[in-house]
Amino acid sequence: MCSDLATAAPDTTRDPPRQIWAFSALFLAGFRRYSTYRQATVAAAFTNSVFGLLRCFVLLAAAREAGGAVGGYDPEQIATYVWLSQGLIGTVMLWGWTDLSDRIRTGDVVADLLRPVHPVTGYLAVDLGRAAYAALSRFAVPLAVGVVLFDLYAPRRPGSYPLFVVSVGLAVVVCFGCRYLVNASAFWLLDVRGVNLVWTVSSAALTGLAVPLSFFPEWLAALLWATPLPSILQAPLDVIVERQSVPLTLAMVAGQAAWAAALLLLCRHVQRRAERRMVIQGG
Amino acid sequence: MAELTGRWHAYRHLLGAQVRSQTAYRASFAIDLATNAFIPVIDLLALLATFRVTPTLGGFTAGDVLVMYGLSASAFALADLVVGNIERIRIYVREGLLDAILIRPLGVLAQLVTVDFTLRRIARLIVALAVLVIAVTRADIPWTPARVALLGWAPIAGAVLFGAIFVAGSTVAFWWIESGEIASSFTYGGRDFTSYPINVYGQLFRRLFAYGLGFAFIGYYPALALLGRSDPLGAPDWLRWCAPAASIVAATAAAIVWRFGVRHYRSTGS
Repeated sequence: MCSDLATAAPDTTRDPPRQIWAFSALFLAGFRRYSTYRQATVAAAFTNSVFGLLRCFVLLAAAREAGGAVGGYDPEQIATYVWLSQGLIGTVMLWGWTDLSDRIRTGDVVADLLRPVHPVTGYLAVDLGRAAYAALSRFAVPLAVGVVLFDLYAPRRPGSYPLFVVSVGLAVVVCFGCRYLVNASAFWLLDVRGVNLVWTVSSAALTGLAVPLSFFPEWLAALLWATPLPSILQAPLDVIVERQSVPLTLAMVAGQAAWAAALLLLCRHVQRRAERRMVIQGG
Repeated sequence: MAELTGRWHAYRHLLGAQVRSQTAYRASFAIDLATNAFIPVIDLLALLATFRVTPTLGGFTAGDVLVMYGLSASAFALADLVVGNIERIRIYVREGLLDAILIRPLGVLAQLVTVDFTLRRIARLIVALAVLVIAVTRADIPWTPARVALLGWAPIAGAVLFGAIFVAGSTVAFWWIESGEIASSFTYGGRDFTSYPINVYGQLFRRLFAYGLGFAFIGYYPALALLGRSDPLGAPDWLRWCAPAASIVAATAAAIVWRFGVRHYRSTGS
């Protein structure tokens, strides 16, 4: 498989210790890089909290006037849903990742091919490091605001906590896969503004961020569950508010894992196709 | 007088150049328009989905809230089309381009909004206005000449108010370059806030956003006037017609903040 790659550096894929070492170094680099953007983190956490208030009041009013519960969530569950969804925006990094498409436009992406790490693996390692930092900052702030101002739902099944951590981890990988594909369209289009806008808008409306998918007509919700979009927010949120029974919750997380694996394979495939058609200008 | 016409001429040239360059690639421009038309539709989807699970919000039916949404979306789309580009000011400050703009013999604010005018956003305005028209024809409105006039000026007054928020919010970039997201919690957050009846929000939050920043005058009060309903929160009925006054106050405040910001601008030196 590796003979297909344009990678020129020594092949380390058959050298697991060095692979792990490279992966963890990139992970730490991602963590450190994003921990330096302090002002941006404060600004984003503030914005998430304002939107948390906006969504929370509207959905709590809906629950009150619908007679106690909406779409299968009671008021405490819907408030928890809203505040954790605002915290997860930054953790999975729904929007604003243009590292790859910027490098494609400027041509810097060529340097990525010289590295002894597959580009998809390399970017994933950095992104996981970023997510780890975001979990401590961007996730924690809206959660704290929600806890102070509203009655939140405390999970009753002890297993929900570790399962939530796993589910969020998978959500980061699924979201990374989607973002990588959106960015990689720059190999063909160069201007990804349009693709980006479609992603921004559809990810806001269809991942469970604006409203839980159970608010939609059944056919639309079923259609969306057949895409990776609910794996990004709806699935981890349903894990922590315990909306489904244990077997259904486990099936949902298994679905996330399947999407994560499928998307990473698709990213590698797209990357290979892109490398084949890439023309490196001299100089 | 000659100076005024000269200025007007310069702005028209700047705008014309932008429009010509953005429409030069017709297919690309058509795709831009189509993707932009999506944006208000997606927000609408969330609103309609909420009314699938509840019969009322704050005591208002889906038809009533759709009028608020139509007013808010139209006002926001108009403001975004005209001054939304001011958000880019933090890029200008960071890259030092603002220094170049400051030495030109034209208004700073007017230059910023014309040099980056984005025609494709007109698609959002068209969709928002279409939603407003559908909303008011479906709602049970006791039409009078005053209400017809209100339907005409409310989105414009709302756009002035949103525009004031855009300008005042972007001024923060003079001191705090990475502040962009903070401003969007009042601009995009304001759009979300005004799409729903204000009596669903908590008291402190409502006082700050609805009365402090004046957002009640964009969707809620004009919609109450159109629907012929009194404010369930007890505001006097005449207040429902006061959007133009509120927008003038907001625009004046934003102008003062902006002037203060420009006077105290210190280049990043890069």
